[in-house]
Amino acid sequence: MQVALFVTCLVDLFRPSVGFAAVKLLENAGCEVTVPAAQTCCGQPAYNSGDRADARAIAKQVIATFEGYDHVVAPSGSCAGMLRKHYQALLGSDPAWADRAAALASRSHELTSFLTDVCGVDQVDAAYAGTITYHDSCSGLRELDVQKQPRALLATVRDAHLRELPGANVCCGFGGTFCVKYPDVSNRMAEDKAADIVGTGADTVLAGDLGCLMQIAGKLQRQGVNIKVRHVAEVLADQGADPAIGEAQ
Amino acid sequence: MNEATALDFNKNARSAVKDETLRAALQRGGAHFQGNRRAAIDTLPEFDRLRDEGRAIKDEVLENLDHYLEIFETNAQAAGGSVHWARDAAEARNIVLDICRSVDARTVNKGKTMIAEEIGLNEFLEENDIRPVETDLGEYIIQLRHERPSHIIAPAVHLTKGQVEQTFRKEHDDLDPNRSLEEPIELVAEARQVLRQKYFEAEVGITGANFLIAETGSSVIVTNEGNGDLSQILPRVHIVLASLEKVVPTLEDASTLMRLLARSATGQEMSVYTTVSTGPRRAADLDGPEQYHVILLDNGRSGMLGTEFQDMLRCIRCGACMNHCPVYQSVGGHTYGWVYVGPMGAVLTPQFVGVDTANHLPNASSFCGRCEEVCPMRIPLPKMMRHWREQAFEGGQVTGIQRRALKLWAYVAQRPRLYHRLARLPVGVLRRLAGRRGRLRSLPMGTAWTAHRDFPAPQGKTFQEQWAAQGGRTA
Ligand code: SF4
Repeated sequence: MQVALFVTCLVDLFRPSVGFAAVKLLENAGCEVTVPAAQTCCGQPAYNSGDRADARAIAKQVIATFEGYDHVVAPSGSCAGMLRKHYQALLGSDPAWADRAAALASRSHELTSFLTDVCGVDQVDAAYAGTITYHDSCSGLRELDVQKQPRALLATVRDAHLRELPGANVCCGFGGTFCVKYPDVSNRMAEDKAADIVGTGADTVLAGDLGCLMQIAGKLQRQGVNIKVRHVAEVLADQGADPAIGEAQ
Repeated sequence: MNEATALDFNKNARSAVKDETLRAALQRGGAHFQGNRRAAIDTLPEFDRLRDEGRAIKDEVLENLDHYLEIFETNAQAAGGSVHWARDAAEARNIVLDICRSVDARTVNKGKTMIAEEIGLNEFLEENDIRPVETDLGEYIIQLRHERPSHIIAPAVHLTKGQVEQTFRKEHDDLDPNRSLEEPIELVAEARQVLRQKYFEAEVGITGANFLIAETGSSVIVTNEGNGDLSQILPRVHIVLASLEKVVPTLEDASTLMRLLARSATGQEMSVYTTVSTGPRRAADLDGPEQYHVILLDNGRSGMLGTEFQDMLRCIRCGACMNHCPVYQSVGGHTYGWVYVGPMGAVLTPQFVGVDTANHLPNASSFCGRCEEVCPMRIPLPKMMRHWREQAFEGGQVTGIQRRALKLWAYVAQRPRLYHRLARLPVGVLRRLAGRRGRLRSLPMGTAWTAHRDFPAPQGKTFQEQWAAQGGRTA
């Protein structure tokens, strides 16, 4: 299976290890992975700021870049949701692009759901000594119904204990540019999330989107809380021994 | 009081998030509403089917709104009622005033109505020497405090019991200082005692309408306190304030929507009181008003038909979107700076007060999508907030550094080679600044982030750089 990895701009810039974890998981599932060099970002900053013209231009670029693969996979529910749901909203009335947008949508996936639902993976070869709690990122959960898949895979990680996070489906307050445009509101949401995470007693919190993870890590670390924050792909790919997000190298 | 202060959203939010009393009230309210809704829906497997039915009913109405409104008007008149059409808030206020003056009203009883808030009715009546008496407990409390409702179905949800007690002690002259007001039930009893006397003084009763029934020309309200009944049966004149989209074809349709409304709002199967009013009192009736008026308010709604905002007119004002909104739950309703709050307010307020004044509201959302998930009418609230952002951006309201930064980013994002070359720079700088700590406590250009949180530093080189260096497949 030819799979193109949509790395996402945040992983590319801040946490390449998530990209490598995704590659490893995909290859273990039998995929041949390409990372098209012409990718930058899915266009959400423009789309969510009301700049439709630029969002459309970026969408077209992504569509053109990722045509010709069996599947497109992103280690992010938010970016995968953009490809799957929103490009069609942007280009649906453009006869030259509507079909191409729909074709991309039908082949685009969030990483963990792709592994379980498309590749049929039901087990990973990884170990993690710790108690893990999991935060559901909003777009993955509500746009793509990603909820059971990461938990099912995590349940097969050796030595790891899973503890459900109360309010796991409540937004962490990242929200892209929202977190800097409305810093006080975003912070309140981050504090609530941090309190829920601390309340579980887990030593590790995972999620499937780097935006949420940076928000959560930044908040916990500012509070001086020693809970490790990682992308779910890193643990599934057995990279759990590497420094966590925001942790000393 | 009807002035919008939505421009101050960020300022309002800053003080709201620090207000611990507000926080306690919001947490209690949020947990209560969310828990009750969940429990009610869990016992109704066909809830999602009911939502589809509800949506279809409203969509049918919105596609043929003038048709159903005309049927409503004909049938309301046939039952002896009067129907008044109000293009905007000022017209609606004047119609109310004319009716009040025609019966020399000095006092009006008011049931809970958001339309009265929308048109700024209380203030207007007071200016004209008519005293509005709120019969809904929550509305009464905020009237005493000279506040706006902070929630569409629980207007005083932002207050704690203690604050309500203080308010009564301050405003109720005859209240015995030794009387206990610790329990909610004692507060209700105290309010009732004061209010009951007033009910009988009013010449006019004003209520809203949850639904208008086209086939019978009736208006329907649902309440849990029974106050709506008192405000409309006792006085000689009953005025119903309703916006155009409240009309539904049949009583059956209304009952479908009521099932959705009660479950989504309070988790009840049905509200305690459902009151159907059809025309004034008939000869054989034991009670009821001598006059029955319905004011149909447009106020820009007909202009939403056929636009990307049409779906918003399906709203049945249940409040589920705000009860589940993490932004609303963080800042409370008053932060939104006008009548409608939470996600539904973020869509409606720009429509009523202008997107230039209310532009913050559709922007102050992380697009988490919980509102749309719980909305019984399946209104795509985030999509509509995005439409407002598009109007603001395309209308040139996003200016200065914000626009330039976005445009510059978009320019670079459309040139992958340039993008990858430029990306290395900040990654390297941040990496060096962070040193071995792995994170930054302050960022010269990023205080909006670092005021509240540390900033995780990049790991090192970008993924693309590393991938290319190790000879990974790139095409
Ligand atoms: S938008 Fe939906 S959830 Fe919000 S008040 Fe209206 S009907 Fe209820």
